Amino acid sequence: MANWKKLAMFGTSALLLAACGNGGGTDEGTDNGAAPEEGGDEEQFTISMVTDTGGVDDRSFNESAWEGMQEWAEENDLSEDAVSYYQSDTESDYVPNLNNATNDGHDIIYGIGFLLEDPIQTIAEQNPDRMYGIVDSVVDLDNVVSLNFNDHENSYLAGMAAALTTETDKVGFIGGIEGPIIDRFQTGFTEGVAAVDDSIEVDIQYANSFSDTAAGQQIAAAMYSNGADVIFHASGAVGNGVFQEARNRMEDGSDIDLWVIGVDQDQEAEGEWADGNVTLASTIKKVGQAIKLSANEAKDGNFKGGENISYGFAEDGIDFTRGFIEDEAWEQIEEAREQITNGELEVKEFTYTEVEDAE
Amino acid sequence: MVEVKTDSLLKKLSVPLLAVLFGFLVGALVMLVFGYNPINAYSHMILGVFSNPYSIGEALTQATLLVFTGLAFDIANKAGFFNIGLSGQYLIGWLSTIVFALQFPDFPRGVLVPLSLIVGAIAGALYAGIAGVLRAYFGTSEVIVTIMLNHTILQISNYLTNFVIGTGSRTEKVSENASLTLGWLTEITNYSRLNIGFFIAIVTLVIYWFFMKYTTAGFEIKAVGLNPDASRYAGMSDKKNIILSMLISGGLAGLGGAINGLGTFGNLFVLGALPNEGFNGIAVALLGLGNPIGIMLSAFLFGVLNTGASFMNSRAGVPDEMAVIVTASIVFFVGAYYLVEWLFEKFGYKRAQGPHSAEIEGGKE
Amino acid sequence: MATSDVVVEMQHIVKKFGDFKANDDINLEVRKGEVHALLGENGAGKSTLMNVLTGLLEPTEGEIRINGEPTVIDSPDKADSLGIGMVHQHFMLIDKFSVAENIMLGNEEHKMGIIDADTTAKGILELSERYGLKVDPYAKVENISVGQQQRAEILKALYGGADILILDEPTAVLTPQEIDELMKIIRALADEGKAIILITHKLDEIKQAADRCTVIRRGKGIGTVDVASTSQQELADMMVGRSVSFSVDKEPAQPKEVILSVDHLVVQDARGLNAVNDLSFEVRQGEILGVAGVDGNGQSELIQAISGLRNVEEGSIKINGKDVTNRTPRKITEAGLSHIPEDRQKFGLILDMTLEENLALQSYYHKPLSENNILKYDAFEENATRLIEEYDVRTQSQKDPARSLSGGNQQKLIIAREVDRDPDLLIAAQPTRGLDVGAIEFIHKRLIEQRDHNKAVLLMSFELDEIMDVSDRIAVMYEGKIVDIVDADKTSETELGLLMAGVSREEIERQKRENKLEEVGNNG
Repeated sequence: MANWKKLAMFGTSALLLAACGNGGGTDEGTDNGAAPEEGGDEEQFTISMVTDTGGVDDRSFNESAWEGMQEWAEENDLSEDAVSYYQSDTESDYVPNLNNATNDGHDIIYGIGFLLEDPIQTIAEQNPDRMYGIVDSVVDLDNVVSLNFNDHENSYLAGMAAALTTETDKVGFIGGIEGPIIDRFQTGFTEGVAAVDDSIEVDIQYANSFSDTAAGQQIAAAMYSNGADVIFHASGAVGNGVFQEARNRMEDGSDIDLWVIGVDQDQEAEGEWADGNVTLASTIKKVGQAIKLSANEAKDGNFKGGENISYGFAEDGIDFTRGFIEDEAWEQIEEAREQITNGELEVKEFTYTEVEDAE
Repeated sequence: MVEVKTDSLLKKLSVPLLAVLFGFLVGALVMLVFGYNPINAYSHMILGVFSNPYSIGEALTQATLLVFTGLAFDIANKAGFFNIGLSGQYLIGWLSTIVFALQFPDFPRGVLVPLSLIVGAIAGALYAGIAGVLRAYFGTSEVIVTIMLNHTILQISNYLTNFVIGTGSRTEKVSENASLTLGWLTEITNYSRLNIGFFIAIVTLVIYWFFMKYTTAGFEIKAVGLNPDASRYAGMSDKKNIILSMLISGGLAGLGGAINGLGTFGNLFVLGALPNEGFNGIAVALLGLGNPIGIMLSAFLFGVLNTGASFMNSRAGVPDEMAVIVTASIVFFVGAYYLVEWLFEKFGYKRAQGPHSAEIEGGKE
Repeated sequence: MATSDVVVEMQHIVKKFGDFKANDDINLEVRKGEVHALLGENGAGKSTLMNVLTGLLEPTEGEIRINGEPTVIDSPDKADSLGIGMVHQHFMLIDKFSVAENIMLGNEEHKMGIIDADTTAKGILELSERYGLKVDPYAKVENISVGQQQRAEILKALYGGADILILDEPTAVLTPQEIDELMKIIRALADEGKAIILITHKLDEIKQAADRCTVIRRGKGIGTVDVASTSQQELADMMVGRSVSFSVDKEPAQPKEVILSVDHLVVQDARGLNAVNDLSFEVRQGEILGVAGVDGNGQSELIQAISGLRNVEEGSIKINGKDVTNRTPRKITEAGLSHIPEDRQKFGLILDMTLEENLALQSYYHKPLSENNILKYDAFEENATRLIEEYDVRTQSQKDPARSLSGGNQQKLIIAREVDRDPDLLIAAQPTRGLDVGAIEFIHKRLIEQRDHNKAVLLMSFELDEIMDVSDRIAVMYEGKIVDIVDADKTSETELGLLMAGVSREEIERQKRENKLEEVGNNG
């Protein structure tokens, strides 16, 4: 199925190699999406996205967005040309990619991730009559819709799950790049842990990357060696290294059960090893869902430019999977989810002043 | 005699030209194997860049930065060192320039821009100077030192950006007074990020050429690089030249970073990896055969490749990693040539391999 | 000898580089069991011819027959398989490897792919003992002397099992005694049925060891002669194409002020041992002091210390009364020193720079070659044109890299640069190593000319003839000390040989009294 791709990646980088195992999931050669042919079907409404440096097959955030876009095309009976992505290899690719997407005439262009905030701002200002979307950040312009997710809410559940599962009273958090988004995961997670038992130690580390798989594996190795048995990663493709390390340790006969909590997508498949699975559960961020909704709105002429749309449990924009969580623990988690949904429980959102105080 | 000269020029040029050709061929081969049409991919890549002023501007923006890192690698290489720390020197240049420009946002533009760039260049020079001094006085391998310095500055820069000079993973944008943007340049390139840095690069190329060819310091650097023993015998100080060449190298890389900071982004943000420009600079310098014009041309080629890569994906449906394969193959073939030559030299067979290298003796014309 | 004995026939060999004929119709015929000398000036085309024979170059025209069979030798491997081995003038050893590893290289003894170092080392030791080529097989090449490296090269060729052995200037760095031994080895090899091609321009060696001699001049084959029936003078005239004078004509020295004074000097070698050990001497204006000695007795270290290339541990060096101990090479140069270094390719030249740049190497930083740190290429050009003319450096273009020159011309380039600076003290280390009689004559004349211009000259050489012909006084070094300083016209080769071997002056005087000197001297 996706073999051609696997092989194509082979020569380019080990990272991408690691990242493309079961990526795509579409028919051969189509998931790159091509721009509308010149002089072709000009009527078709087309949408496009620019990835962050994690790439389109990060098995996390970017991939989720891309899958949502493909589903959108399918649901609307549009050809595969209707959706396309521009992959960014470095930070300096964001602006030109957005610009090319704009020049290629796509009707709405999404920047995936807060790293694209400034680039979207720049390009949207230069093209006030075009439509853009930013995920995980806010760009206050009339032609940009901001799509945000209450990551702190499902991270809170992840924290509870970790706290209720740990046998060593030590859990870990691995973030990608420090910033308002990932910090939101972090604070939600630590709060969830503390809500269960505030004596549980949380080891917090950042990979300073969303793509460095090796760094993820190194950090996970250190955490497990220091006694943590559950790690929540909010680090995009870096997480692949975290799963790798957990699986290796289990296959080598770890004394205790080691777990990883996946992020953004159901990452159960990443956790599979010969005799079990290390994916305890996953926080789900329905980026694809949000993009589908927003694309439909735009297509129907209801583009919510200038708005910041927040997706939480209440809006069904996020989710938390059961995975391998024990019955008793799951009851408590379900209860908390209920409380968050109906507003009884408010998970604190991250702000910078708190971080500075905590330092 | 004239014939011999032309011949050797052709031979010299054949190396980069063949490397580029083979690079494209390997890329094409890989594409064919995976069922893509390489001609389609390449034409989209090249046409994509040259069919609109915006992409040309972006390619030139990239080329501008690569000129600096390329020259930076070249001068260290001429003095006999492998400065693999270009990325770190580039980053510290970027960092210091942004810090400086943010500190003095109200200086007039005519003062703030040059001062900020100078700060970046000096920071890069001093950072590379660490490796130079360690090498000169303790014989420490500059390769290892600069690799470590690369990672050190990446962590420092990310920490500072997160907690000291910025918030939320990035710094503020620098003020208009520190901008390198040139109105008409932006306009003719359709709002690309091409900026004053482009002209600074051209001026730097000319100065570099003059320095290496016409100054006693340039002469000494070349001499030390070609034969350190004979240079010492001729009264040149190897320590001085090691440090000087590393300072200049770091200064050029730092200036590149500064121009990237002020010109391309206008701020600094948390980086997931070391800036690519540092490593690509090595390839640019090698492909450019250590000649300023060669470096300029190969910087442009790399700029076009990088910029055109996204067209391969978006217009030809070929993953843009294919462009990376092309670039990597070019670097490989240039490197392979150097490797072969280095091996010959090492094993002493160099002089006996053919009419161009064999000792010419006796006879008459 | 029957034709079947002819192992190598090179017929009408032409080798062109562009329009340039490096070999122009040369014939060479070498028989089994003979030592065949190949005689020619530097740059006459000997090396090109041998590169053709060893497969490094393809001839433009001509035919090669090996053992009577027409053969195309298109690669060095092919030459190897035909049993053609070569000992190069510029060593082809890998510095970081031991002698044994170098000899093994390409001839590895192995058992199923695993290198059998023991068998190799044994084989080397056997050969080394058999031919008296004393060298430590386990020493790294970078740590042994030039002479020992030469021996390792010869061993390597022998170890490779060559039947046709080409020796390119093999004696250039050997002491007289070592040369005698090598000549014996060469004879022994020939007697065993090997064909030896001896590339040389030393006429006495040819007389001593060769059966026949083929002479090449400026790329053309001049002819092949029977050595026994040809005089040295005839050989020299054939080679140079004119009548050559062998003896060095010079007036008696008129020494004046002391220019160089070395006082209780101690210098260490690369291993940290005292290579120069408490040594003192002086050189005056208007005299040539020769430093004689077997390679490896501290001569190189002494000269490097004087020229600032090696650290002085103890003692002092004064030039023109000025203390230059441990000063930088440039300071010492500016105090009045010119130095023709022993290893011309390592220290003397930057091979990849042009002739012009090399000629500017010592004076690029001041007028007229530069002004305010800006180089004046016009002045570079003029300077080079003048010196190339004056010192008869033969080159196609002064813009060519120094690498393109033959050894003799490289040396002339250095001499031109150093002598032209008009120094008070000229140090010449092995200035004629590997050069032909014409070039040697030229260089000796220049050295004496400098002396006659009231300069102090320090001449270090391993060639006794040279030391005796050119020097006014001779300092003999042995194990880092000067064992004696003698007047050149009052000593003999035998006496110097004994001093070089570490025999004390007293012992020599005693032997002289007992009239045993002749006998002892012959045993060397």
